[in-house]
Amino acid sequence: MEKEQHTHIVKYKTYVFVLIALLLMTFTSVAITSLNLGPYTVSAALLLAGSKSLLVLLIFMHLKFDKKFYSIMVGGVFLLFASVIFITFLDYLYR
Amino acid sequence: MHMSDTVIQNHEPNYLEYQGRYKGIFAWIFSTDHKRIGLLYLYSMLVLFSAAAILGLLMKIELIAPGKTIMDAQTYNSFFTLHGITMIFLIVVPGLPAVFGNFFLPLMIGAKDVAFPKLNLLSWWIYIAGAAIVLSSQFFGDGPPDTGWTFYAPYSFRTGTNMLPAVTGAFILGFSSIATGINFIVTMHRMRAPGMTWMKMPLFPWALYGTSWIQVLATPIVGITLLMIVLERTLQIGFFDPALGGDPILYQHLFWIYSHPAVYIMILPAMGVISEIIPTFARKTIFGYKAIVVSTLAIAFVGYFVWGHHMFTSGMSGTALYTFSILTFLVAIPSAIKIFNWVATLHKASIDIQTPFLWALCFLFVFMIGGLSGMVLGALSANVHLHDTAFVVAHFHFIVFGGTGYAFFGALHYWYPKMFGRMYDKGWANIGLAVFFTGFNTLYLPMFYLGMIGMPRRYYDYVEEFHGPNIVSSFGAMLMISGLVIIITNLVRSARKGEIAEADPWKGKTLEWTVASPPPLENFAEIPVVTKRPYDYE
Amino acid sequence: MSNHAHIDEHRDDEGAKTGMWIFIFTELILFGGLFIVYSVYRYLNPAAFHLAAEELDTFIGTVNTVILLTSSMTIAMSVSAIQYQNKKLTLILMGVTILLAVVFMVNKYFEWSGKIAHGIYPGSPTLMEASQGEILFFGLYYAMTGLHAIHIIIGVAFIAYVMRLVVKDEVQHDNFTILENSGLYWHLVDLIWIFLFPLFYLIT
Repeated sequence: MEKEQHTHIVKYKTYVFVLIALLLMTFTSVAITSLNLGPYTVSAALLLAGSKSLLVLLIFMHLKFDKKFYSIMVGGVFLLFASVIFITFLDYLYR
Repeated sequence: MHMSDTVIQNHEPNYLEYQGRYKGIFAWIFSTDHKRIGLLYLYSMLVLFSAAAILGLLMKIELIAPGKTIMDAQTYNSFFTLHGITMIFLIVVPGLPAVFGNFFLPLMIGAKDVAFPKLNLLSWWIYIAGAAIVLSSQFFGDGPPDTGWTFYAPYSFRTGTNMLPAVTGAFILGFSSIATGINFIVTMHRMRAPGMTWMKMPLFPWALYGTSWIQVLATPIVGITLLMIVLERTLQIGFFDPALGGDPILYQHLFWIYSHPAVYIMILPAMGVISEIIPTFARKTIFGYKAIVVSTLAIAFVGYFVWGHHMFTSGMSGTALYTFSILTFLVAIPSAIKIFNWVATLHKASIDIQTPFLWALCFLFVFMIGGLSGMVLGALSANVHLHDTAFVVAHFHFIVFGGTGYAFFGALHYWYPKMFGRMYDKGWANIGLAVFFTGFNTLYLPMFYLGMIGMPRRYYDYVEEFHGPNIVSSFGAMLMISGLVIIITNLVRSARKGEIAEADPWKGKTLEWTVASPPPLENFAEIPVVTKRPYDYE
Repeated sequence: MSNHAHIDEHRDDEGAKTGMWIFIFTELILFGGLFIVYSVYRYLNPAAFHLAAEELDTFIGTVNTVILLTSSMTIAMSVSAIQYQNKKLTLILMGVTILLAVVFMVNKYFEWSGKIAHGIYPGSPTLMEASQGEILFFGLYYAMTGLHAIHIIIGVAFIAYVMRLVVKDEVQHDNFTILENSGLYWHLVDLIWIFLFPLFYLIT
């Protein structure tokens, strides 16, 4: 059985930078809440949460360094879930 | 295939004889061999299937005349609930993948086992645990569940009957399904024999691939939904309780987000089986291999978005109704493509008419009726009239029993000589099929008519006008059960007394026919190298 | 590819990782079901959700977010450490991850018991007098953070198990898939919290 070698080792520094970015985004989303952006607050919070999870997926979970196949699967799953929410809301939005 | 002449490995014990660390029954229930696990599932399911089929027969006997015949209304309610839960969650959903997927997926792609053999055994144990918990709901507490297999809210958390074990058991069964799905996907990604590219993989594995993805991506939704019912009953959380602000229709959404794809978990592997049987007996390569692969994946994908057609009369928004109706019609296209492929394969073929082939032909017949009646139900206007009538029950049984059930028995007759190393009595097998097929149609065809004239489903009683067709239908049920008895008796008897089968009794061309019958413990002494497409009859 | 090893000795690191990822998808969809319920009820009861969210302490929520993100970093670093063949550092980083998880759970405990002391729990008399939207909000709050907490416990058990393997040198620089997989699971727990935090604590 041939074995794929894990050739890529992520540097500690990279992880520290990612953590700093994640924390900054967390504080930003807390700060935004105290501003009154009306309906945009939800979108802003979700946008920031989305970028945070993207960072976690790409760096912490190594999607950036793994085979493309993993990223395709993850993208597919999120797309599927988004479609399910969208279709469910076709009921609730127009009821 | 690479090995044109069949190699029989006499030096290695076959998987039935092999003596490992454990003896007796423990050599089975602790075995991580995919073939033994397949048989464990087969035996468990045959027992459960017989029990659930008898429940079905008793319900049809109750319906032979109006009024109370042999049981009261509450017994009838608990019978159709247990019949549904057992048939759906314990037999039809896991059926083909767990039995034939486990046994034949590694053999068909030239692997020694699945990717995670221990996980595979664990999933059988989870299955048995789930089954035991579901069945325990019958024997203690406040009486057997009476909600139907769909556990619709708010009744499912208000009824005084013993719902918790039924729901918890179904939740646990989900893990078994997920474990099998993960196992199969990784097996197909990592363990195909050298040279077997995706487009050289046989169609039953392809069907399992689509199925496994649905199992993995849809089952968790029903898991969490059933968990919410448990929380609702125990903690009064209010998710689906209108009194606390919850929306019961949201329960229906969540339930069918899983349970409609689950219908494709049931039917895709059935289509895969038919795609194996037809080229083997037509002695011809399958027509439009790529079209079948693409339509398999298309069904798996689009099938995820049509759940709402179970809820056309629930009070959804108009926009949702139109969307779901259109998507439902769309999903019929790939199914029809497959029918055309199978029929085109038979065109100008030199067909060898054997029992498995007859099962496949019967499958085509009943599946067409099931599919076309599905189109009737997919149309909004017709659905309003037919919703919750016997028409739906007939449609459903034509698809699920007529589809998956026929494919299951077809697969059993097709692969039986490989699994047990013996051949069944073909004469009795054909008689059994004839009786079963006649009984099946006599049972379910009148129910289309009964539904159209307005007989509701799930009632133990009916008005005098419905009497005639119900007599016919109940008679059909008895005939069908007689057919099943013939079929199963013949198979059980032949496992010991049948003629010794050769390695390739049907002249099949896929890899499972290149090893001995029954297969040796590790399947292939040497992993085969694949150079040709499957079903190569040039 | 012709090896005659027994079935049990079959080892496929990439396959194990693929399997773990697919399992993570099932977990995501499991929580996804609750997110669907959340989004529908929030859409139907915007004002009540806002009112109810003010009961939650944003400060504790933020602290727990920082804790989880940091623990995610330490477990990710441990995978690099094992590849650098630094066993001691690997164990320290894993230990820190577990420690942070415990701190998270202690915070959670105080948060929940505070709520319960105020009479806010499913089926409580106080909650039953509140509006329907608030009942739903707290029902979802307990269900989702509770399920998340169960996943934290499973994650801690998983990491502790892998730590034992590292101690026994059964996980090393050329054989660390199970460590990577426990890390993946831990990141999943983090990923879900990233969405739970704004959805429960940051509603205006």
